[in-house]
This record gives sequence, structure tokens and C-alpha cells, in this order.
Amino acid sequence: MSSFDLAGERPKPSHFQPRLDEFNLHEAWSTWNGYKFAEYYYEVEFEYFCVRNLCGTYDISPMQKYIISGPDAEAMLDRMVTRNVKKMKENRVSYVLWCTNEGRVIDDGTIFRLGPDEFMLTCGSPSTAWLKKSCVGFDDLTIRDRSDDLAGLSLQGPTSCAVLKKMGLAGIENAKPFTIHYFEFGGAKLMVSRTGFSGDLGYELWIDAEHALSLWDAVYAAGKDYGIHPYGEQATNMLRLEAGFIMPGYEFNEALKTVNFQYDQTPYELNLGWMVDLKKPHFNGRNALIQEAQRGPKYTLTRLDIEGNKPADGSFIYNSKKCKTDIGYVTSAMWSPVVKANIALAMIETKYLGGELWAEISYEKELRQYYKVARCSAQDAPFWTPERAKLTPPADV
Amino acid sequence: MSQYDAIIIGAGHNGLTNAAYLAKAGLNVLVVEKNDYIGGAAVSRELHEGWVYSNCSYVCSMMRQSLHRDLDLSRHGLMLVPYLGTVNFADNGDTLLSYHSEAAAYNELKRISRHDADAMFRIQTDLTRYSQVIRKTLLRTPPDPTSFKPRDIHELLFLAKEFWSLGEKELYEYIRFFTLSAADFLDEYFETDIVKTSMAGAGIIGTALGVYSPGSSYILLHHVMGDVDGSIGAWGLARGGMGAISNAIASALQSYGGEIRTNAPVERILVKDGKASGVALSNGDVLNADIIVSNLDARRTFTQIMEKEDLPPGIYEKAANYKIRGSSGKVNIALSGLPKFNNVPDNPYVNRGGQAFSGSLETMERAYDCWKRGTWSDDPFIEGVIPSAWDPTVAPPGMHWMSNFIQYCPPELADGPWTEEKRDQFGQTVIDKIERYSPGFKDLIVHMEVRTPWEIEQEVGLTEGNIFQGELTIDQLLFNRPFPGYAQYRMPVKNMYMCGSSTHPGGGVSSACGANAAREILMDLRRPNTVPEDDCYDE
Repeated sequence: MSSFDLAGERPKPSHFQPRLDEFNLHEAWSTWNGYKFAEYYYEVEFEYFCVRNLCGTYDISPMQKYIISGPDAEAMLDRMVTRNVKKMKENRVSYVLWCTNEGRVIDDGTIFRLGPDEFMLTCGSPSTAWLKKSCVGFDDLTIRDRSDDLAGLSLQGPTSCAVLKKMGLAGIENAKPFTIHYFEFGGAKLMVSRTGFSGDLGYELWIDAEHALSLWDAVYAAGKDYGIHPYGEQATNMLRLEAGFIMPGYEFNEALKTVNFQYDQTPYELNLGWMVDLKKPHFNGRNALIQEAQRGPKYTLTRLDIEGNKPADGSFIYNSKKCKTDIGYVTSAMWSPVVKANIALAMIETKYLGGELWAEISYEKELRQYYKVARCSAQDAPFWTPERAKLTPPADV
Repeated sequence: MSQYDAIIIGAGHNGLTNAAYLAKAGLNVLVVEKNDYIGGAAVSRELHEGWVYSNCSYVCSMMRQSLHRDLDLSRHGLMLVPYLGTVNFADNGDTLLSYHSEAAAYNELKRISRHDADAMFRIQTDLTRYSQVIRKTLLRTPPDPTSFKPRDIHELLFLAKEFWSLGEKELYEYIRFFTLSAADFLDEYFETDIVKTSMAGAGIIGTALGVYSPGSSYILLHHVMGDVDGSIGAWGLARGGMGAISNAIASALQSYGGEIRTNAPVERILVKDGKASGVALSNGDVLNADIIVSNLDARRTFTQIMEKEDLPPGIYEKAANYKIRGSSGKVNIALSGLPKFNNVPDNPYVNRGGQAFSGSLETMERAYDCWKRGTWSDDPFIEGVIPSAWDPTVAPPGMHWMSNFIQYCPPELADGPWTEEKRDQFGQTVIDKIERYSPGFKDLIVHMEVRTPWEIEQEVGLTEGNIFQGELTIDQLLFNRPFPGYAQYRMPVKNMYMCGSSTHPGGGVSSACGANAAREILMDLRRPNTVPEDDCYDE
């Protein structure tokens, strides 16, 4: 093999790669946006518990990060996303969705308002082309793609605030959820937002890529006595499901990547109608969403608590125990170790939501396949909502 | 008029569970507790500022998941966190590390013996098979084998079906297993002492048996049949210490309208016309109730807080002869740093879970010999755990606490009762032994609490400090627990019940005894059952 040139085959290393390599004992890598990305480092449940019980870090550098600045930036973003960007205050973060003209969800992400005319948009999938389309008519702005040169490290869990305090980030305990704060770090500017994807107390740290390793080292030195450990994609998937957060590829199919008609979703179907501001003037998908709001969504993403302890991955949902008429499907499912419940998110035909819900769950026992029919109950609140996630200042543990 | 529908004596985790289920069913319940804190042996106590000891029970694997879920204990503040990495220390200084990944665990065993590495798969398979059957009985009331009531026949058939499903060969093996010693059982699988020893500790913890005593193999199973989130054999810690379990159950109880009164030792269970009618507290208060539930052990219940003449003939003697022997001690140590152990790599996944100072089968048996002679071994079996490495709430950052469970420690010494001086000598023996494996350990000690069976009995109320509320031998298991004929939680006096670990399924922080007893009480009251089934049936 040595005579081949395979460089192009290899995923790009993360800005934190040398440190990630030390922890990834089983070479459990996948990729995200071309970057090497950990499925897990040591073991999925171990990492999950680090976040729920101590704290963990998640490499969010492969996320797409666009700096949008200029007098037209606010108006452009406001037309692009369904929430009202004009109401956003400086140094605040907002969770947003953006849709096609047909009102189908392209992606979700976060907008950071860095200044009166400066924003950062982060999202899971590359969005340069869509952003360019969205800029038509707004000439007085620039878009800088910082996806490759801005490193991001998410620090989540009950001891995360204590770690940042120990690191010397004075006053971090006063940071309220969805706020942005700046600190001087080794001659560089460190941006810290109280945001995350775990449903728990947590922060995201942003710094120019060349300072990534020293940031890592400082965080890990401070976190030594607080149980800090990196966590990968699989633990993240558990955490976000408990928090009731959606994931592309599970709850929604990105509209621009959807082949079949209406196999993508509207915000209302995703139970995210609260994120659509129909009162604001035109924004992308508005007309379609007005209609959808009046008509009501065909499907509604529903949180389910399912009897028994077999996760309902891939299950159909029925309106009776006899399982004659299927009325929906499970998008994500797991046994929740902290809630001690068999939880799931499911897309269910809205008209059936008031009635009985049953899941047909298949499972395996020493190669033999079994199935069972389990009663489901729809839940109003997210499965995991600890007080500390909203508390300011949070406790140290 | 009774003041309460039911009074539960003892705010240990089973008493609280029992009360919670009765309150959930709409009963007006009161839990009375002798101490000024609740929890019994599932308790967290700050005995040195900044350190929270789980000073009795210290790890958890038996807690029934369906009860945790049904009582919504997570919402009431309970989080069970699995911990990893136990090191077994042999007499000659060798260590056996329990890695979490199957590959690493296999390689570690292979380093010692290729044979034993292979045999580990076989014993884990067999133990899982044995566990599966027992696990299905935990949240069921044992049948009365002499009864012709449809329910008893139904339950007997259930048991028969479960055992028959093992197949003929395994059924024979299982029956034999119940009477084997842990050492004999392990001999059938392994050839090296360190591997046997690493598993033998589970066969003696909490019991007045040795590794070579018949019946200790069941104790081993009792310690490995638990689970954390379905992972059988795994052990967890309660975030905030074991008291977090009791506190969460108490919070659930209170949410259903139940009451708890602390500082309220019961002097007598009052019996009128052959029926339990209330309790007399030691401060003279008399509280009436239609139902009295004792969460105390069988010996204490019938010989300490009941009048002999209130009991049918023979019960007092049964209680007096009930096997509940003190055999364990506990040394809780606050440390200024994480101890380092000889022959253990600086690997956070293996060096801060459990430390089993088991030595060898021979050493364990010699320690048992000492217990029989009314003294303690100068080389005891110690099971250490460092909860603070996993739980940020129980020690200051960077500092630790180590729970040490010591087998054996006699309830009374050959030369007389325990004294403070002798207790301190016992504690010294323990830290001397740990120091041998961890030079510098003593320098880390900030505070230490030494508990012999005497302290455990005085503080918690467990007779002789027996952690299981009675030995887990086959003569005291299933329909024999606590006594034949009284295994269905109803006691010989009408309207009186038991709900502690003296009843089926026995010791361990499972909440099963309390929940099962509640189911029986509700049945007698012709109330709808509020106690869920176990959720292990489709394993």
C-alpha cells in the first residue's frame, strides 16, 4: 500500500485531534462534514453518565459556522429563518429553523447575535449554497465561512460551570442560558455561550483553531477533579433524545435532500410551531406555513413513554392493541437510564393523538426474533429537564 | 377510631417503599423511625464536614427498576450511576483488573490463565441463567407449598415452569448449586486461585459463612444477579450516596400524602383481641392503626417490640432461633487524595471503582476461622469502593472517600463485648492492610468512621449488624423466609405484617420486600393493587 497516495481518502483531522486520539481507545470513528468524528471514546453509557453526573466535552468543530455581517445581515436572516431575528438582543443565542418555500424544514441551527450587524449561524449540514440563495436582494452583507478555522468545544453536565470557574473564567456562573460571553485566553478571544445539545447545564466554547489544543488542555486541567471526559455521537444521541431535541436523519429529513414528495417535514409536524413567527413580515415558507397552521399538520412529533424496557427502535405505532391500522412510526427510541423509562419520539398522524397508542416492538434473544405490543403514553414535557439547566448561578455539582 | 390506616415501623428503604405503595393506594399512613434521620441502612451521612458517607450499604444493583420507574424516583431526585473497574489484590501482590471492554477483560484473564479466560465465559453464562430464574421471583410473593389456594398453586406452577424451562441437566445443576460452597462452585470452572478469589468475595459478603461453607454459592449469586439498567451483574452508586434512595422514596411517599415521624422509637406493638391495633412509642405516645407493618428484622420484631403472650406458641422461639449473625464491619474513610495501589496502572477506568483485598481462598477461610473464634483476622477480606471518584457530591473536589466493607467482624468478641479501644484496633487492622497494598494510604486519611456489628446494631437496629436482616441460606429463603408458613408477609398476629429484608427476597437495597408486602396488604383490604410487576420477564 505504501506506493499509493491515499491522502484524499482520509477524513480531515479535528482541531482537537491529538487529544481525541488519546481518548479514543477503540478507534471508533465516523465522520461529520468531512472531519474525523468519534462515535464514542471509551463506552457509550459511560460517556452518557459523565454528562448526566459529572461533565463531558463534545467536539463541535465540524459544525458549520458562518459569520454574517453588514447592515443587511439582520434582515437577511430574518427572511431566511422562521423565528424573529429582529427581536434578538446582542450577545444572545437563538435556536432557529429554516424552510423551503413549501414550508418544509431544511435544517435547524443556532443564531448568535454578536453585534448590531454581526451574526454567527451554526448548523449541522453545509449551507453555503442556501445562504447565497437567501441573500438575493440583500447586497450589503458579507458571509464568512468559519467552519474550518473556528474550533468549538461543548462542555455539558452538572460540574461544567465549576470547571469553567476553576479555569479562571471570572463571572461565568452569572451567565444565563442562551447568552454569550467573552474571555481573554492566552492572547486569543474565547467566546463562551451557555448553550448545548444535552438538555442539561452546559456551555459551548469557541476559539480560533490555532488555540484549540491549548483550550482543550486548560479545560481538561480544570476538569480533572470534576470527572471530565469526552463523549461522542452515540452518547449525544441519547442525551438529546432525553431532552426531546430533534436530529436530522432521525426526526426530519432535510428538505433539500428529500427525494420523495413530502417525505420532509414542516415545523408544525416537528412540534416546533412555537418557533414559527407568522406575525413577522415575509420569510421563507411563510405562505405555506400559514396554510399549514390553519389546516393543522398531518403528523405530529410526539414524545412517548412506552411500557416495558425494550427500546422501540423502528417500531410502527398503532391505534389499538390489535395492530391493524398503523398511524405512525418511531423516529428515535431508547431506555433512559436517568429517567428510568422506555422513551421514544414518534411521528404520529395528528388525528389519532387523542386515542390509544401502541407500539409493536421487535427484539432479539440469542438470535431468535421476538415482538411485543406495548402501550404508549404521550408526554407533554421533555423526559429530562433538571432545574440546574436553567438555574443561574448553577451549583458546583 | 384509628388515627392511621397503617403504621410502618422503621424508615429504611423497604419501610418507606411499603408506605409509599399503601399511600399511593389511598391509605393514610405513618412511618415511625427511631433515629432522627431516615434511611435505615440506605443512608448518607455527613460525619466530617464536606464528606458524605454511605456509611452502611454503599453500592446498589438490586433496586427494582420497575419500582424506581413506577414511584418516579428519578423525579424525586434519585440517579443511579454505574461504576467501573474493580481490582482484585492477591496475597502475593498480584492484581487482577476487571476491564469494562470484553476484549480487554479477556486479555487480562489470559495473562493469568488461558484456561480461566475461556472459563469466564462459561461461568458468566451459567450465572446469567441462574439469575434469570431468581430475578423473576423478586417481585412475587412466594407460594405456600402446603396450600391449596388457587393463587398458591398458580405461583407454584409458575416456579415449576421457570425451573423446568432450564432443561433437565441445568435443573439438576441448579438444585445442586443452592447447596454448594462458593469455592467448590468456582473450582468447577477455574484453575487459578486469583481468578477464583476475585469471584469468591461475593459469596461471603454479609454472611456468616466461609468460602468453603455449603450455601455460600447462593450468596455469590445473590450478589451478581442485580443489574443497572438491564446490565446484569453491574453495580451502581446512588448520586448523593445511598441515602438518596431512601430520600427519593420518602419524597414519593410524601407526594402521596404519607407521613414520616423521626425520633420515634417503638416500644411495643399493641395487640388487642389477637389483632395488632397500634404502637406505643418510647416517649409514651400511643398511636392506633388498623394495620401495623414492621420493617425491623424478624428477631427484633418478635423478641424486642412484642409481648410474648401476644404471640402464638412457637413464634418467639422461631424468632429467637432465626439465623441473623453479625459478620461484617465497615470502615468509612475520608481521604485528601486518590490512593494509589501497587500493581495497578494509572488508568481511570480501572483504578477507582472497587478494590477487593481478597488475598486467596485460604486467607478468606482463615478470616472466617477467626470470626468463629470471636475475633477478627489481621488479614481480613476488604471490599473497598471509592464513590467520590464517580459522584461529585460526596467529597470536596480532588478529595475522596473510600467505603470499606470488612468480612469478617464478630458481633461480640471472645473476651467480651466491643469497646471503643477494640473497635479502634479493628479499624487499625483494616488500614494497616490497605497500607500494605497502597503505601502512603494512611497519610491521606482525613477522617475515619469504624463500624463493628455492635455499632450497626445500635445505630441502624439490625440484629447483630447482619446486613441482610437474616442469613440468605436455603433454610431461610423463598417460602422459608423468615419462617416456614409466614413467608407471605402476614404475621401470626392479625393485621400485622412484615416488610423488611427478613422477608422474601431478602437482603439488598431492592425495595422488593416492601413492595411485595404492600401488595399483600392491599389484597387483604380488597383494594386495587398499586404495585407493578417486575420488568425482567422477557429477558
